[in-house]
Amino acid sequence: MEDNKRIVYMDNAATTPLRPEVVDAMIPFMTENFGNPSSLYDIAKISREAVAKARSRVAAAIGAQDKEIYFTSGGTESDNWAIKGVCFANCDKGMHIITSSIEHHAVSYTCEWLEKQGFEVTYLPVDKYGMISPEDVKSSIRDDTILITVMFANNEIGTIEPIAEIGKIAREKGIIFHTDAVQAVGHVPIDVEEMNIDMLSLSGHKFNGPKGTGALYIGKRVKLDPLMHGGDQERKRRAGTENVPGIVGLALALELSVAELKESSERLTGLRNRLTEGLLKIPKSHLNGHPENRLPNNVNVTFEYIEGESILLMLNRKGIAASTGSACNSSSLEPSHVLTACGIPAEIVHGSLRLTIGEMTTDEDVDYVLKVVPEIVQKLRNMSPLTPDELRT
Amino acid sequence: MKLDYSNKVMDHFENPRNQGTIENADGIGEEGNPQCGDIMKIYIRVLDNRISDVKFQTFGCGAAIASSSMATELIKGKTLEEAWELSNKAVVSALEGLPPQKVHCSVLAEDAIHKAINDYRVKQGLIPWEEKAGKEPHHH
Repeated sequence: MEDNKRIVYMDNAATTPLRPEVVDAMIPFMTENFGNPSSLYDIAKISREAVAKARSRVAAAIGAQDKEIYFTSGGTESDNWAIKGVCFANCDKGMHIITSSIEHHAVSYTCEWLEKQGFEVTYLPVDKYGMISPEDVKSSIRDDTILITVMFANNEIGTIEPIAEIGKIAREKGIIFHTDAVQAVGHVPIDVEEMNIDMLSLSGHKFNGPKGTGALYIGKRVKLDPLMHGGDQERKRRAGTENVPGIVGLALALELSVAELKESSERLTGLRNRLTEGLLKIPKSHLNGHPENRLPNNVNVTFEYIEGESILLMLNRKGIAASTGSACNSSSLEPSHVLTACGIPAEIVHGSLRLTIGEMTTDEDVDYVLKVVPEIVQKLRNMSPLTPDELRT
Repeated sequence: MKLDYSNKVMDHFENPRNQGTIENADGIGEEGNPQCGDIMKIYIRVLDNRISDVKFQTFGCGAAIASSSMATELIKGKTLEEAWELSNKAVVSALEGLPPQKVHCSVLAEDAIHKAINDYRVKQGLIPWEEKAGKEPHHH
């Protein structure tokens, strides 16, 4: 970011900025209202009431009851708690888990760890759009299945899964259904009652709330063990002094996101579609994820013959912040497991570019990205030995 | 986003030296594969046993492109024997370091140069030189 002052942030699936009104609401709980909610005196009561109000706001946002909301340190903790908590509390009934092959690592690595502890895991395949088939869920259920965990919307390709259908199947079979809804909450309408969701993970910083905050919705019928042992906080299920400013910020950000959801999703869908259509004008480019059934903020395209990290480095020089599924951008040097599960060949996965827009994104940002990306793709294609002659300039 | 690249790497990534091809090159070497996410192709022109010109084409990350650019600069004008001796470590040090997971990109450059030199030797009816034992593999 040296030769251009303009900054276009298109990585909102990674994190989002806090809304100013959220910051304002949080500050008093870092300064004058610093009391520990577990204490007896007046300033503690202010904290206690703020946490209770936040709990109501979160519950209302997803159609839950207040006492079904448990605050955590974020999406990763919520996922770990939901999955390990259910498995340890119900292993007398069975040791089989059903999940998908495109989960976030907070879910997939947790499942892999549980396999080492003796649990069995079925990783469901997805179609080329990254969709899980409810039929596959149904046919994978065994007598000893104790948990189904399928993400609400995918973080890389934005595909929205058939959660209500999976929820119905799980409920009919009496199996606990957890969904990692970190990318979906605040972006698409969610009702845990209607969708038969037993547990749902959410993360504050994905909807313009603070980092290090999250929640797990735990339906009344769910039996699960704590992950954090200690004090009596969160109805004795999640020990540790409450992150009061964080909880206040998360709840307000969520309430605002849900209140503006319809309007904002219409605006973002318009920008998303223009961005997608513009990028797909580049020859030998492909859209990843579902063409319609996807998050309003997610664009994921691959450009053949070039590699994603190079694209990101050049975009960064132009002030554009984005993401890729290329192996070269991961510490493991493994290409995206999500794009791979969609059946995309490894050599093409390397050229993927994810742009996730947000509240800050303007029409001018889209114009700018549509001007810069084709230039960068061309520059890298001219450099690549794979590029056919007709695509060189 | 890998921002832990040195200024030298970023300079060679953004302003690659010797990028392109040589028509009727005296030797061509290609290393890597698209599944791994990096391919380097080196073209050499040889005059009086010296590399009088060299070009590269690379599909890969910032480190792969910068390694190609730096490696071609380091062998330009050198005798074939000198060019053969260019190690990946020399490329890394000329680039003022590479992140550990990116060192294989420099190995790719060394290997592609060796292939180009041997391609030239075979075309000249000479016996290809043998790789030293115990070299780092470039594949992940």
